[in-house]
Amino acid sequence: MQRYILRRLMQGAVLLVVLAIVVFALARVTGNPADLLLREDATAEDRAHLLKALGLDRPTHQQLLIFLKGAVRGDLGDSIRYRKPAVEVFFERLPNTVGLVSIALVGAMVVAIPLGMLAAVGRGTLVDRAAGAVAVLGIATPSFWLGIVLIYVFSIQLGWLPSARMGTPAHYVLPVITLGAFLVAGMMRLVRSSVLEVLDSEFVKLARIKGLTQTVVLWKHCLRNALIPVVTLFGVFFALLVTGAIVTETVFAWPGVGRLTYEAVIFRDYPLLQAVILLKAIIVLGVNLVVDILYAYLDPRVRYA
Amino acid sequence: MSAGPVLLELRDLHAHLSTRWGVVRAVDGVSLTVREGETLGLVGESGCGKTMTALSILRLLPQPAGRIVAGQILLEGEDLVPKSERQMRRIRGRRISMILQDPQTSLNPVFSVGNQLVEALRVHRAGPRRRLRALAQEALRQVRVAAPAQRLRDFPHQMSGGMKQRVVGAIAVSGPPRVLIADEPTTALDVTIQLQYLTLLEEIQERTRLAMLFITHDFGIVARICDRVAVMYAGRIVESGPTRELFAAPRHPYTQALMAAVPRMDESVERLPAIDGQPPALQRLPPGCRFAPRCRHADDRCQREYPAVFAVGREHEAACWRAESSPSR
Repeated sequence: MQRYILRRLMQGAVLLVVLAIVVFALARVTGNPADLLLREDATAEDRAHLLKALGLDRPTHQQLLIFLKGAVRGDLGDSIRYRKPAVEVFFERLPNTVGLVSIALVGAMVVAIPLGMLAAVGRGTLVDRAAGAVAVLGIATPSFWLGIVLIYVFSIQLGWLPSARMGTPAHYVLPVITLGAFLVAGMMRLVRSSVLEVLDSEFVKLARIKGLTQTVVLWKHCLRNALIPVVTLFGVFFALLVTGAIVTETVFAWPGVGRLTYEAVIFRDYPLLQAVILLKAIIVLGVNLVVDILYAYLDPRVRYA
Repeated sequence: MSAGPVLLELRDLHAHLSTRWGVVRAVDGVSLTVREGETLGLVGESGCGKTMTALSILRLLPQPAGRIVAGQILLEGEDLVPKSERQMRRIRGRRISMILQDPQTSLNPVFSVGNQLVEALRVHRAGPRRRLRALAQEALRQVRVAAPAQRLRDFPHQMSGGMKQRVVGAIAVSGPPRVLIADEPTTALDVTIQLQYLTLLEEIQERTRLAMLFITHDFGIVARICDRVAVMYAGRIVESGPTRELFAAPRHPYTQALMAAVPRMDESVERLPAIDGQPPALQRLPPGCRFAPRCRHADDRCQREYPAVFAVGREHEAACWRAESSPSR
């Protein structure tokens, strides 16, 4: 297991270096920050001065080396807009996103697992069909639309919940629902199909032959097996959301890393953009590693392989 | 082995499965008895209803498709058909149990063998964990698993197929049940392991005097382990009798054809005879004898009318019109 983790860490490091180079290149082909930072009446001299201050006057390969050297030391440059280290800006925002995403994910699981189980057990019944319809709706509804509709109904019309920014627990409700709707749908379908598969298995038949109750058969024998694919999905979703809750965070003006990404792109703050993308990549790699370890816990066949 | 009182009796059992293609009459009027200490072999081709008969007895037909539509299942004289699910749970494992065909899939891969065995023990008896663990070790010892204390900690994938099937056996007889259904328990095992497993089942039976319903399509195994045989075709039993007698003088053309298809050590043949045609689809059964379309001796009456069951010997019966006229010995 330790060797496996070590190998995975090495693979991750290689991947990060490649990614760093790609990010570096991409940031430079999509435009120049000086265009945005300078006032409209700035002179050529002002422009040269700014480029020098930002280090953008040097040859590209030198810029890359400086960037990589810094990156190894954990220094990804200063944000142009915030005028402080990009890493610091990122980590100030990260807890806001992790909080939002964790609540959405746990909430989604709490709803999706019993619902998926219920749909599987009552396959073909009204419950199953209703759950299926809700799932399709959840997957098909774009989050920017759902977010706006929720704001319109609950903040503007009813005035029950705040529409934007952080603060009280009430601020979490709408963004969590927006993120969660999509999650519940996907997870429920997955739980349903994997429970169905497990219900058909011989070991479930043997469990029944032993005289076990339906509750034990479902929540012990089925759940653990059915959760194996769900855990994979959970990891993928967590990584996806921490890095990709851009739309939801933008709609709700949520001060997380998703919105930070959006801002970094809009303001051509590419030290920040580089930092955001690299740090997100590290999070994705880390989460995947944790998921694989969790997997080994759930499935002894992996543990001893 | 001397047989005692009847422990399991099926009386005209009918079980249907509703599928997309119509209602399948998987078990269509099966009657049989198994006595204490006796082994009844239930033989027939794949898809003839053997496994469905077994699942009916445990009231574990696939849901929601399967249901028992008529007949009685008498366990020690008590009818199981009207029992509730709750009542059945108290019967499963403790009074009737079953060994499944494929040991590779019948144990849950994510729980240790000990966990699954202790769980089976705990269903029907209370006791401190340590005592149940000890009982589990004893159960493994009885199915001749070496070093049971260590094996309890193993996960199924760490065991061989034969070992897993022993564990399944240990789980099945942990009740200990009065009736054991073995659904082709050796089909998935190596030939060398098969014999060991059959011997093991015989030992268990000798010790506990349980009644065994042994489902197989292997006449070699029938000859080895069964006291009596029932031959099933298209959801019905077409012939039944003591193994020795049925082997010596099969009366139903289907049984005869099956026997002819078994290779013999003392004859060399170019090609084994096969039965022409396919068994009928169970959702569109012919009105008369189900075997008539494939039977060499079939006449008009066979096509029209399902044959009655005729006694053709001591405890030997055949459902064939030809058995009517032939003198019983």
